[in-house]
Amino acid sequence: MQVHIDDEKCQGHGRCYALAPTVFEPDDVGQGKVIGDGAVSPDDEERARLGAANCPEQAITVSEGA
Amino acid sequence: MGLHDPVADWATDFDHTDDEWVADPFPIWDELRAECPIAHTDRYGGGWLPTRFDDIDAIAHDTDRFTSRSIVMSKHRPPLEMAPAGVAPPISSDPPFHHGARRVLLPAFAPQAIAQLEASTRAFCEGLVADMAGREVVDGAVDFAQHIPVRVIADMLGFPQEDADRFRAFVHHTLEGVDLPQEVRAQGFEDLFRYLDDQVRNHLDRPRDDLTSYLLDAEIDGERLTPEHVTRTIGLLLIAGIDTTWSAIGASIWHLAGHPDDRKRLAAEPELLPTAIEEFLRAYAPVTMARLVREDMDYQGCPMKADDWVLLPFPAANRDPEAFDQADEVVVDRAINRHAAFGLGIHRCAGSHLARMELRVALEVWLEAFGDGFELSDPGAVTWSGGQVRGPRTLPIRLTR
Repeated sequence: MQVHIDDEKCQGHGRCYALAPTVFEPDDVGQGKVIGDGAVSPDDEERARLGAANCPEQAITVSEGA
Repeated sequence: MGLHDPVADWATDFDHTDDEWVADPFPIWDELRAECPIAHTDRYGGGWLPTRFDDIDAIAHDTDRFTSRSIVMSKHRPPLEMAPAGVAPPISSDPPFHHGARRVLLPAFAPQAIAQLEASTRAFCEGLVADMAGREVVDGAVDFAQHIPVRVIADMLGFPQEDADRFRAFVHHTLEGVDLPQEVRAQGFEDLFRYLDDQVRNHLDRPRDDLTSYLLDAEIDGERLTPEHVTRTIGLLLIAGIDTTWSAIGASIWHLAGHPDDRKRLAAEPELLPTAIEEFLRAYAPVTMARLVREDMDYQGCPMKADDWVLLPFPAANRDPEAFDQADEVVVDRAINRHAAFGLGIHRCAGSHLARMELRVALEVWLEAFGDGFELSDPGAVTWSGGQVRGPRTLPIRLTR
């Protein structure tokens, strides 16, 4: 699984890094940032999906099987 | 409020300060959403009221056609010369000015910075519940919720704690005094800005380690913010940070005090609190924003005129059954919750991480102190604030533990 944040859409609501702190993190102004290269370990997949599904701006893309 | 005629028809004559709206706006929004999804009023010089999630979402993102020059629907529109900063940057600013005015604020409100305020917030909340010891009936709004954001924002800004009553008066005037005669309203703003000017001057003379001094030292594109810009931004933080969070804390306690199943469940499963808090924010979102129409246009069949108001009732968006399953029910373990309580688009509440921390800590402390041993002592005595920020202002609660 691969995750990506669209920086144009992200407004820093912070739902992703609150719900999936091993997949996403805040930058110094609170915008969401993918940790690492966006590859999600099998253990983190459910959390990553939850973080993406809770984004009020629908800024996160989850590519299954990537 | 009582300064206006009662609303006869919500689709053509809405008023967000009407007693019926203040007491319970949800049935009004539900009916409009089904029958007239963008309502109109001639009051306040003309305005519109979308109630569907998709329309509110679209307008919040459409900064070209809807300006933030004013965000509080009243009888008065701020003069065009206030642009680009507006009356309270960055919330009153449009792009491109908005970006820098917001960027300069965000580090102070990022999660990392807010985490440092948690211990002192918790200690303050614990002091409030300790003061309730031995009392049978307390007021969850007056004795508890209202004090928390005042204390936190005054600490952040470096303002005297003993001015708390003045802050609440400024907030009340700004947000609930929208129906007042223009000269009374103007006088209230003059008092607010004179107070803020004094605080800013005091910080210029004697800089210290707080947000006011930080802003006076901050730069946008290599240029210092003007003292006027700082004064107006601080005005925003003071006004926007108090009623809103107070309302969210109060509404959450009100819900729990009236719903024994949810109360027992959260007392038994405190780890569920972060999820439940998002649901309280969805179901009882305190904040409705406003925009002004930039130019005459047809919007979804509505003949909008330049300077017409558009209310953005985020709490109505959050109850749209097209956007949420069981939209009218409070589901404390709702897993997917893309609610709009903190707004949508570039004006997402800059204090949202602070508000969430205060709300979580307040409820943790409350539940640690009282468990499930509290209930509404007189449901009919609960009162709610009117206008664009909704929350309980009288909230009698019997402590049974």
